[in-house]
Amino acid sequence: MFSNRLVNILIPIISVILGLLSGAFIMLIFGYNPIQGYAALWNGAFGDLYFLGETIRQVTPYILSGLAVAFAFRTGLFNIGVEGQVFMGWLASVWVGVSFEAPMIIHLPLAILAAALAGAAWGFVPGLLKAKLGVHEVIVTIMMNYIALYSANAIVRHVITDNADKTEQVAPTASLGSEWLEQLTYFSRLHYGFVVALFGALIMWFLLNKTVRGFELRSVGFNKDASHYAGMNVSRNIILSMVISGAFAGLAGAMEGIGTFGYYSVKSGFTNIGFDGIAVALLGGNAAIGVIFAAFLFGTLKIGALNMPTQAGVPTELVEIVIALIIFFVASSYMIRWLILRFKKEGK
Amino acid sequence: MDYVIEMLDIRKEFPGVVANNNVNLQVKQGEIHALLGENGAGKSTLMNVLFGLYQPEKGHIRVKGKEVHISNPNVANDLGIGMVHQHFMLIDTFTVTENIVLGSEPKKNATVDIRQAEKQVKELSEQYGLNVDPRAKIRDISVGMQQRVEILKTLYRGAEILILDEPTAVLTPPEIKELTEIMRSLVREGKSIILITHKLKEIMEVCDRCTVIRKGEGIDTLNVSDTNVTELASLMVGREVSFTSEKTPAEPKDKYLSVVDLHVKDSRGVEMVKGVNLDVHAGEIVGIAGVDGNGQTELIEAITGLRKSDSGSITIHGQNIANQTPRKVTESGISHIPQDRHKFGLVLDFPMRENMVLQTYYQNPFAKSGILNYKSISEKAKSLIEEYDVRTPSIFTHARSLSGGNQQKAIIGREIDRSPDLIVAAQPTRGLDVGAIEFIHNKLIEERGKGRAVLLLSFELDEIMNLSDRIAVMFDGEVVAETSPEDTDEQELGLLMAGSKQQQKEGDA
Repeated sequence: MFSNRLVNILIPIISVILGLLSGAFIMLIFGYNPIQGYAALWNGAFGDLYFLGETIRQVTPYILSGLAVAFAFRTGLFNIGVEGQVFMGWLASVWVGVSFEAPMIIHLPLAILAAALAGAAWGFVPGLLKAKLGVHEVIVTIMMNYIALYSANAIVRHVITDNADKTEQVAPTASLGSEWLEQLTYFSRLHYGFVVALFGALIMWFLLNKTVRGFELRSVGFNKDASHYAGMNVSRNIILSMVISGAFAGLAGAMEGIGTFGYYSVKSGFTNIGFDGIAVALLGGNAAIGVIFAAFLFGTLKIGALNMPTQAGVPTELVEIVIALIIFFVASSYMIRWLILRFKKEGK
Repeated sequence: MDYVIEMLDIRKEFPGVVANNNVNLQVKQGEIHALLGENGAGKSTLMNVLFGLYQPEKGHIRVKGKEVHISNPNVANDLGIGMVHQHFMLIDTFTVTENIVLGSEPKKNATVDIRQAEKQVKELSEQYGLNVDPRAKIRDISVGMQQRVEILKTLYRGAEILILDEPTAVLTPPEIKELTEIMRSLVREGKSIILITHKLKEIMEVCDRCTVIRKGEGIDTLNVSDTNVTELASLMVGREVSFTSEKTPAEPKDKYLSVVDLHVKDSRGVEMVKGVNLDVHAGEIVGIAGVDGNGQTELIEAITGLRKSDSGSITIHGQNIANQTPRKVTESGISHIPQDRHKFGLVLDFPMRENMVLQTYYQNPFAKSGILNYKSISEKAKSLIEEYDVRTPSIFTHARSLSGGNQQKAIIGREIDRSPDLIVAAQPTRGLDVGAIEFIHNKLIEERGKGRAVLLLSFELDEIMNLSDRIAVMFDGEVVAETSPEDTDEQELGLLMAGSKQQQKEGDA
């Protein structure tokens, strides 16, 4: 009745619908009109070009952080360190952006490259520890997140600036910002980063599915012993997997650093771009195209939700609960898969 | 009517396949009834129906003449049906008794009465001659003992009918003998046994009657005393099967592989290979015989580059390959059919297409400048799958969903197709049915005929005797004897494998 492919597409769609329904239920209980609430959400995300611009801007880092998590997943690793790698990429891109001036054709690629390299370096450490000493990457990456957070703060305060809480604005030659895009979207903060993100998805798909390197990375991810038997260098592939994953995460940081904000400010906690990337990757089935759709959903919810208190009077706390419920159902897709299979069984 | 179990006209379907059709199984009180069929013939499906794990689409089940509906394993338990699975379901860190009573513990107030439990286990164990220590921890006892614990588990729950799913697959020859005794004593005490197997010798030895299924269809039920191995084999496979491979005398040529004074440690750091010398020539099959755990696995792993050796040399064509990477070893002309096909031989979550080029994916024409060419990969996969009769729905099917025999045929196809000079085949037919075994044996002999060298590791004496031109017997990390099938017999090999010569030598010294 259902092919496997159909099931795989159905699961996220049903998840989202169930999430929206239960969100509606919660709004009803607390005496708010769910239709108004969701209308506000919709308007907040797509209501006019400004909102659309903001939504796409928000989607951009999600795509890249989702790709980072998905890439590691596909190669058998769980990169929880995307958050820290984002900080490193963010900081590196801004650093390059504020340190000197150069023609855009050199400066901008250099800033993007710096972000990718910084993220990659932050991924290299857990990769190396995993490959050589068998230290579990989850533990290392979690701790590396804190190291990234506070190192970046210290570097901003004491190296890039003289005790300021925030760097200068990056040089225009290193910025992804575009007046044309801003004007087109009633002065939203939309920037050219989405091109980088889509290109990143293309790279991940090509690298994993079309290249010899990707064959080895996937093989090692599934079965280290058989990969060793087949003559692959298992350690090198584990390290490489974390490095590439980290590079995607670093790029996600660049989207904020030289795209949305144009500076790095001292942070008191995590931005959740990296952690949300885990949910994005899971929802997207760890496939490049899936990650794009999932990031789009997350970006939409995040931006659209901002409009719910003002337009529909739903309090911010409740909005957070509704959003969390949608994500909960999406993340618990296992349950929905089970239900579909059960339904499938009885349908016969 | 004195049937304890009657399964009549059973039909069970899975999406796209009919796993059982028109299968009848009637088991008499107090008999050992064999259920014979190739891998994937539907034996396990039928037993899972009986045990309540699957619901049949059609058919009746009667237990002691009464029509029953077995909706889950608890119902089966209550009807006195017990199953010993091929993969044991035991908790390693628990004792024998704890494992046996788990789920139906005797209680004293609110605590488990472990004394009482131990007493019961001991009594049961003595009654059937099982001889297990109720207080031993599972992780400390042998696989054969663990199997007895599984049997005790079913007896403790009052099983009258025991289903044993390929119980000998994991046992050593002496353990198999003991199991045979246990089965006989169970039957003497009035139990009935259904033995799932594809080993014909076992059926002839212990079973009273035998039901054959082939490709899901019930074929026939025979009295074992009225039949023979040849008839059973052809009923099972559906054609004539030869048991001894046709083989011309070997014509050994140049020396291909030479192992000199090799020492290898296992992962715990214990020296497992202690100065092995071994030569393999082109055009011959050298069999390594021995009881598992006497260094054969480590020897093979050292030759194929999977494990580092400590000293000594391994040369192929005079080129040293000791402590080289598996890639280097492979490229110097060695193919490896690994002992553990799930761990090493296949990436189970890869489609067959990828698995068929697992050793060659990076070479022309499968890849050019780092980009895979799926067209030629698919062509290669298709042709290998066809040539080696790997039964898979498509090249996109994941290796995991193939039966063991088909997985093994795929590995063998992949490894032989590279035209290696030396084929290292470790347990190439483990767990396979006679049809697949025959196929693989013929392939190895064919390769020998093409002038290739074959190094065969097997724990099955039949296989060693049948295939080898020369036999090296390993005991305690050394080659204790070199002989040939013509100059020895299974009895002498058995003694050599048990280290009799070694002890003699030590006695002399």
